[in-house]
Amino acid sequence: MPAPEEAVTAPTGQQPGRADRTVLDGRDISRALTRISHELLERNKGATDLVLLGLHTRGVPLARRIADKIATVEGAPVAVGELDVTMYRDDLRSQPTRRAHKTALPPGGIDRKVVVLVDDVLFSGRTIRAALDALADLGRPSAVRLAVLVDRGHRELPIRADHVGKNLPSALAERVSVRLSEVDGTDGVTIS
Amino acid sequence: MKHLLSVDDLSTDEILQLFETAADMHDVQSREVKKLPALRGRTIVNMFFEDSTRTRSSFEIAGKWLSADVINVSAKGSSTSKGESLRDTVLTVCAMGVDGLVIRHPASGAAVQVSQWVDASVVNAGDGTHEHPTQALLDAYTLQRHLGSLEGRHVAIIGDLTHSRVFRSNVQCLTRLGARVTVVAPPTLMPSGIAAWSAAAGFETSYDVDAVLPDADAVMMLRVQRERMSGAYFPSAREYTVGYGLTRGRLALLKPDVPICHPGPMNRGLEIAADAADAAQSVVLEQVSSGLAVRMAVLYHLLAGELQGGVA
Repeated sequence: MPAPEEAVTAPTGQQPGRADRTVLDGRDISRALTRISHELLERNKGATDLVLLGLHTRGVPLARRIADKIATVEGAPVAVGELDVTMYRDDLRSQPTRRAHKTALPPGGIDRKVVVLVDDVLFSGRTIRAALDALADLGRPSAVRLAVLVDRGHRELPIRADHVGKNLPSALAERVSVRLSEVDGTDGVTIS
Repeated sequence: MKHLLSVDDLSTDEILQLFETAADMHDVQSREVKKLPALRGRTIVNMFFEDSTRTRSSFEIAGKWLSADVINVSAKGSSTSKGESLRDTVLTVCAMGVDGLVIRHPASGAAVQVSQWVDASVVNAGDGTHEHPTQALLDAYTLQRHLGSLEGRHVAIIGDLTHSRVFRSNVQCLTRLGARVTVVAPPTLMPSGIAAWSAAAGFETSYDVDAVLPDADAVMMLRVQRERMSGAYFPSAREYTVGYGLTRGRLALLKPDVPICHPGPMNRGLEIAADAADAAQSVVLEQVSSGLAVRMAVLYHLLAGELQGGVA
């Protein structure tokens, strides 16, 4: 099994020991996602032609949550899928072979749709660069937007998010860990 | 994982990991742009010293879909026909900076030998009557897609066992995944020493097709390899078909929807009747498309990461 990008040591939201600080708890995450959902709808003038693509691993449940919220507001389901960018990463060569994940597009595909990439943490921007390359092989969206739960800065590429749950200024050495109940059994964002 | 020379090189975990990757790769076949950039800049040479259609084109397409540069070298038309030794041919090709070498050779053990001469990752695409690991992987992968887990399922492998590397690799792979394997052949095509091997590896042998078929959860027919036969192993083709072919009559002995595999190329009318080869439960063509996905997974695992590294 692939190791999660941020190792998780404690099963609960509150961290024991060290200087772990909870930045967002479960309700904060829910509120942030609600706001992002409304921003997406406002910007897109409704849910027509909207496709949410979650990036593995934690972007996938985030995309589903946003899709659920949009469906509640609009009263109609919104297309949601998952995107794996492993094959498109620029650091494949410098580490042991990474496990690939599944890419699953909604039945309507992404051609002429407004694709919203959803990820947990925006950091160097390299994952998003890989995702843009992957999208080009899958079709031609009319527009691509980026929604992230946390933007921690330190970009290495000219990439920015359109919708941000929380801007989290951090030192390069600090670690930002996002935990989601679908993957980790609990919701929370900590910095340590 | 540096080379893939034998199914024995793989742990059970590695086999299952390859299958997971293969399932991801499978989707690429239905895409409009059939290309992943994972092996960009890598060079793979297919060296085939024996005839092949599906294995060679499968490896070639697998490499190309992963964006590697793939070159084919076959014995006919290469310096081998001028008398160059295998070692010199391989070293010459590898001196051009090759990352992966896919080799098929009529001599058993050729792939292992080659792997000791070169730095490149070597994939055994069939060595004599010894092993054909990617075929075994794709067979098990195909069966797993049909049967779910192979744990406790009964697979019958029927045909020319003596000359079959597919059978040798398959027995290892299937038993490792928990399947119960029965191999069936006429006494003349049963490899010598199989009693000791089957006892050690935990599979069964039989001379009676009709007794095995009703209990099988999957049937794998093997090609009668006339090009490797130096003597008379059976009196006539007709007699082989009557005794060991998967005929229309034997099709009726099978439980419903039991998948029928054949590694190809098929001798229609000899080991497999057209009724069986074209039956709804035949997975022969699915084996080919699975083969592509499995070979992409193998090349990815061997060549994508830091060399010598395992899978994270």
